[in-house]
Amino acid sequence: MINEEDLKLAEDIVKLAQQKGADEAEVRITSSRTFSTTVRKGEVEKISENEPHSLTLRVYKEKRGATVFSSDFRPAALERLVEDAVERTTYVDPDPESGLPDPEDLAKDFDENLDLWDPMVGDLPPEIKINLARQTEETALTYDSRITNTNGASFGSHIYSFVLANSLGFAGGYRGSSCSMYMSAVADDSEGKKQTDGWYSSQHHFNRLEKPEEIGQKAAERTLRRLGARKVKTQTVPVIWDQETASEFLGILAGAIMGGALYRGMTFLADKEGQQIAAPGVTIVDDPLRPGLPGSRPFDGEGVYSRRNEVFSKGVFNQFLFNTYYARKMKRRTTGNSGGITNFYLEPGSLTPEEIIAGVDEGLYLTDMIGFGENITTGDFSRGASGIWIEKGKLTYPVSEINISGDLRKMLAGISQIGNDLEFRHSVAAPTFRMDGMMISGL
Amino acid sequence: MSNESTKVLDFFQSEFGIDQKVMSDVLAAALSRGGDFAELYFEHRITSNMHFEEGIVKESSGGIIQGVGIRVVSGDSFGYAYSEDFNLESMRRAAITASQICKGGKPGQPIDATFLQAANLYPITTPSIDVRALEKLELIRRADKAARAYNPAVKKVIAMFSEEYKQVMIAASDGRLVADIQPLVSLRVFVIAERDNKPGQGSNSGAARMGLDYFANRRTPEMIGQEAARIAVQALDAVDAPAGMYPVVLAAGRSGVLLHEAVGHGLEADFNRKKLSNYSDRIGQVVASPLCTVVDDGTVAYSKGSLNIDDEGNLPNYNVLIENGTLSNYLQDRISSKHFDNKLTGNGRRQSFRHAPMPRMTNTYMLAGQSTFEELIASVEKGLYCVGYSGGQVNIYNGDFTFGLTEAYLIENGKITAPVKNANLIGNGPEVLSKVTMVANDFALSEDGGMCGKNGQMVPIGLGMPSVLVSSITVGGTAA
Repeated sequence: MINEEDLKLAEDIVKLAQQKGADEAEVRITSSRTFSTTVRKGEVEKISENEPHSLTLRVYKEKRGATVFSSDFRPAALERLVEDAVERTTYVDPDPESGLPDPEDLAKDFDENLDLWDPMVGDLPPEIKINLARQTEETALTYDSRITNTNGASFGSHIYSFVLANSLGFAGGYRGSSCSMYMSAVADDSEGKKQTDGWYSSQHHFNRLEKPEEIGQKAAERTLRRLGARKVKTQTVPVIWDQETASEFLGILAGAIMGGALYRGMTFLADKEGQQIAAPGVTIVDDPLRPGLPGSRPFDGEGVYSRRNEVFSKGVFNQFLFNTYYARKMKRRTTGNSGGITNFYLEPGSLTPEEIIAGVDEGLYLTDMIGFGENITTGDFSRGASGIWIEKGKLTYPVSEINISGDLRKMLAGISQIGNDLEFRHSVAAPTFRMDGMMISGL
Repeated sequence: MSNESTKVLDFFQSEFGIDQKVMSDVLAAALSRGGDFAELYFEHRITSNMHFEEGIVKESSGGIIQGVGIRVVSGDSFGYAYSEDFNLESMRRAAITASQICKGGKPGQPIDATFLQAANLYPITTPSIDVRALEKLELIRRADKAARAYNPAVKKVIAMFSEEYKQVMIAASDGRLVADIQPLVSLRVFVIAERDNKPGQGSNSGAARMGLDYFANRRTPEMIGQEAARIAVQALDAVDAPAGMYPVVLAAGRSGVLLHEAVGHGLEADFNRKKLSNYSDRIGQVVASPLCTVVDDGTVAYSKGSLNIDDEGNLPNYNVLIENGTLSNYLQDRISSKHFDNKLTGNGRRQSFRHAPMPRMTNTYMLAGQSTFEELIASVEKGLYCVGYSGGQVNIYNGDFTFGLTEAYLIENGKITAPVKNANLIGNGPEVLSKVTMVANDFALSEDGGMCGKNGQMVPIGLGMPSVLVSSITVGGTAA
């Protein structure tokens, strides 16, 4: 269902921009209702509730582009905003590839219902949301006496409507809901060093959220397994990436497969299309059309229709993902990725995570990374790491304050086993996998 | 300059009809179910950006961020709601929403407001938003030209000019009424160099609460462009970094980011009030080498991290956090200072009216020591000299951190030798501070335009540091 009022306004502003001299115009309006609460040590620490409403206008005049935004919807303010946008184009240089998408790329007859909407998310009374957070925290705090503290449990919900209209006649929108729960727990090491971890669940549908007891228990377990973490010596070993870190790895890779990175020469994959880069088990897909997933959308940020794109097929790097502008710059066609990746995932394999771990004589089960030490231009990768040490196929003691490093090309080629545990906990998702030959820096 | 802030009151009154009567009405609604305290944070912010790439101005963007954030505090808890609309009904509705944190006590009555005038740390004669676009484009072109001229290996230059003109007005139920104009200009240059198919990257920026005169006097576009190019070009010759534990010299200025991330966040009072930080319950204890004195100073003139009033309406301060190695104070916001029964430090900050304030850093730095930079380097047999960082992350609970290095050199037999690439520093903040064995006399504030994120909120901050020697730290590299 579309927010007709916003859509009408978007179309009106497009017309107004044309009247004020824009050759091309596009308006996006988002209306939301948000709620969030945090419960800590049983007390409600925070309640916040809001209704943000914002408009973004993009205009081109003689291929000179400008973008403006505002949340001031008074008619006179909107008129000033349109004038500001057109005025800005006067000092921008013309860029022949800029502008709205080609008409044939715009979404037609799209399915605006991708299972993104659950009325319950907005209707649920605050007391229930607060109680869910309270139960989550209580589960974690009472799970084990070594859980000594908490940074609270949160419940957040969000319903939204998005509409887009442009001067090519596109006018469409969709709405969605999302809700999430998060819990972080704290435990003290024998030397008094604090260890923390947490767990979360996020869904469009309220009934698909993990139960408070599950979230609380996982948060506690993940915290406890960090106790007594130590450094290991500097060495080269296989690394097993768990679901969370594997997804993070995919998120890093996502930066290297965008058309903008290709155009700017800022990706290590620049001349690798059609080549076998990754291990043969690696198939990576971006698919906005899978219903009910976190990154699903019927059309992209400029109204281009959504479609499934296979980025890697059995280790071969197939294609970059483009919006209209970078597609034109590179003489390609948009892939419907204005606004970035959607549901971006590594296809699962057949092994269970336990089977993958069992195959490692000595190595790291990687559960967390910190820092920003990756460079998608050069392919250099270096991150702070923590996890659990594997000996003779078994998880043994926790490790932290170490670093893992490598080269993204070799890392992709080193993915030798892929698990069967793909779950869309967020829009970038990957199952557990094994990567061979990672350098670990420690003692 | 003294009446700058009264202009803000006039602005909100003439533009949106917000006078003392309106504020008092909304505050009364906020306290209608009880509560210790309520506050209204009015914001009107004009932002503008220009993006320059491939020798042309590619895009201009901008907008207006306006609204009022309403907070109702009850003990350590708070309710928060905002209105993007300044009409009385919307604001009153948001106030009632925020009041739901209170269980329904006796309604409170706001005290009549008294306007408090703060000193002006960043008076400006001409706000940049009032200057024609062409003058800003000229700055960008100069930076681009300087970067390209630096070395033939420079292949790509991207330059961005950003500015904001932010007017804030804060009215609180304790009778406090304050206002401020917070300008910010910034120029950032990003360079890609290439030689023999090997890329190198560099970036540099300058930012301050000033008008365009910042780029005339303090930091010229040429300085920013050349510095970005220099970093990109030096990376071309970089060799793989060693892996393992080594002594490390942290360069003056930009290494302040390490102090900010790995120590500063742990000193924010909210974490300590909840006993979540490794510094909790440790006031008066030795937490660093006696060579270390760390301060957070919200009063540095024109710095992007400074504020005339913090985002809860309190005055900024020069706060000593660690004095000769002993922990002396936390960074307080209102809720925490009440909790600790401690004085306010002026560190309540927020990203915008859409966000509730919390304790945040302003300009955080370590004071200079007695040694010279040359003595630090000469004392290292094999180690690393760290100059530039791509960003870091810290585990706030225990101080574990990782920083990526964009510019670093080997130290061999007391001399700086080859540049290294792809290196990380991995360590623990408190542990690293206890391993500081020499502090140099070359203190510098970093001019780089730093932004700090916490719980999803970004605010501009300032950094600084003298050169220091850390006796041992894990270097994550690829050369065995």
